[in-house]
Amino acid sequence: MAQNNANSKKLSGVVGIFDEPRALIMATKKAREFGFKHFDAFTPYPVHGLEVAAGLKRSPIPYVTFVFGLVGCVLAFLYQYWTSAIDWALNIGGKPYNSWPAFVPIMFEVTILLGGLSTAAALFIFCGLPNLKKKAFDLSITRDRFALMIETPNLATNLDVKDNLKKTKEFLQSVGAKEVREVYEEGWGFSL
Amino acid sequence: MQVNTVYQPEILIQNNKTFSDVNNEVSVHTERFPTFKWWFCFLAATSAFLLGATLASIMFRDGLGVLGLNQPNGWGVFIVNFVFWIGIGHAGTLISAILFLFRQKWRTAINRSAEAMTIFAVMTALIFPVIHTGRPWYAIFWLIPYPNQRGLWVNFRSPLLWDVFAVGTYFTISLIFWYIGMIPDLASIRDRAKNGIRKFIYTVLSLGWRGSNKHWSHYEIAYMILAGLSTPLVLSVHSVVSFDFAVANLPGWHTTIFPPYFVAGAIFSGFAMVVTLLIIAREMFNLQSYITINHLEKMNKIIMATGMMVGYAYACEFFIAWYSGNPFEAYAFVNRAFGPYWWAYWTMASCNVLIPQIFWFKKARTSIPVMFVVALFVNIGMWFERFVITVTSLHRDFVPSSWAYYVPTWYDWGITFGSFGWFLMWFLLFCRFLPVIAMAEIKAIMPTEEIRKEVHTNGSK
Repeated sequence: MAQNNANSKKLSGVVGIFDEPRALIMATKKAREFGFKHFDAFTPYPVHGLEVAAGLKRSPIPYVTFVFGLVGCVLAFLYQYWTSAIDWALNIGGKPYNSWPAFVPIMFEVTILLGGLSTAAALFIFCGLPNLKKKAFDLSITRDRFALMIETPNLATNLDVKDNLKKTKEFLQSVGAKEVREVYEEGWGFSL
Repeated sequence: MQVNTVYQPEILIQNNKTFSDVNNEVSVHTERFPTFKWWFCFLAATSAFLLGATLASIMFRDGLGVLGLNQPNGWGVFIVNFVFWIGIGHAGTLISAILFLFRQKWRTAINRSAEAMTIFAVMTALIFPVIHTGRPWYAIFWLIPYPNQRGLWVNFRSPLLWDVFAVGTYFTISLIFWYIGMIPDLASIRDRAKNGIRKFIYTVLSLGWRGSNKHWSHYEIAYMILAGLSTPLVLSVHSVVSFDFAVANLPGWHTTIFPPYFVAGAIFSGFAMVVTLLIIAREMFNLQSYITINHLEKMNKIIMATGMMVGYAYACEFFIAWYSGNPFEAYAFVNRAFGPYWWAYWTMASCNVLIPQIFWFKKARTSIPVMFVVALFVNIGMWFERFVITVTSLHRDFVPSSWAYYVPTWYDWGITFGSFGWFLMWFLLFCRFLPVIAMAEIKAIMPTEEIRKEVHTNGSK
């Protein structure tokens, strides 16, 4: 696989594979204590406690949703007001032109619509989806195994790279990884 | 099996499955040639749809006169179908969003298929108001507020337009929520794929998801927000649908109880449809360990609870009709129960209020044949509820000289039948090509390998 043509490809990191989420949480915690800055865990399902162990900040997505929801609400009102009271003011059943209570349902729906669409868009942007460049490095990650990847930037310190690679591998073995290997940057193999 | 050292949650997935069993048993249906049973159902559903489509085409050619509509019955079976199908969708959102917010972990086994049902039900529902206009190729443009050569805007004060926004938003948000929930599972299928074309298709569909912890942390927040947005949305959708009726001045429609009454009815009928579909799906795809009797029993409890809410609404309407002292209102309700459409009213009342009472008995709640039959009756009853609301209020309005009896024609029935075919066709395609169970979500509620081993060793002592 990737190791065979290792020379032609960029090293993305060293990965340790675990059979069990608790082991992964412990390993992630230790990786952080050890001083690694760039690492990521890979799991088949969201493992709770892992984000704490990895020291991740809470996702900023709620702010995006809030802002766009608010924008949706205001836009929906302005649009209804402009069409009903300014651009073509029609007397409907003797109601005032700006009959704002009747505009509320659509304001609500557009709030939800823009909030939801922006949430999805924010998720895709923050996660870099669609991800065209990085192939899944192990087919069992989406099934039942758990991985901790110590990414390349950690390896390129003032130490010799080979030495560093060795140390990282030793670290992953010491925290109980069942399998340790190098992962090289590789696309999905489709030309889109 | 007594374990004191570890917290042991309720066992939701039976038969001691491992994570890889989940992947195998859920994905396998997307990977092999469909069974004879699947082809039989699919061809039957497609034929039903084609029958409906043919009748609808004749209707477009000859005009709405082929339907049973008359004066004063300007709304008939099509509007009944619209409300019915929108209602069916509501259970899917309730399961996926509201039960998620309430941390009801049992929902994970059924939420994917229930959400799929929502999407297909809304797709079915949307057909009806559009074809009901007779000239749908105009209607779809007239519904959208865009600057046009007619120089007119839509009427933003009309509940019919609110409906366009409510149902459109509902469809969009449900689709996003469903798709985002499915991304990790599509990645699972991708990573199992041996065939190059399948691998390519699922790679594209999964957007290259890799299960990164950083991504999961965004994902979980986004999922929760979408659940939080869907919850008020689903309540608003059937409320807005009920405004189509309640904002009119017609006795029998013009009541303030309509929004909650419609929402309860929607959840009631939707759960009945979920039970019907899941009973078939779990047998067809051998998912009995995932969609357990326990899940079905919980759904049956919800059916009974919402059935009684609906029953309360029926009673309350009668009380208010009497208490208001309004003779038109009182007549509308006496006419409902004892007028020419008495048969529709009592079909509705017995199917929705009486029959679900059998679920007081645990034996009935946990028996597959009983719940299947009850769910069918509830579906019939809820279809008739919308029929009763729409037709009995219209057919005798204020002036007796304009009263008329409404009889649906074969076009009405054939297109209705076709809508069931259309819905089932999509549902069967979903079962064939996409993971019917949220694999990533049920893994999160299953005991991990380590815990299973501990349970095993402690249990054998």
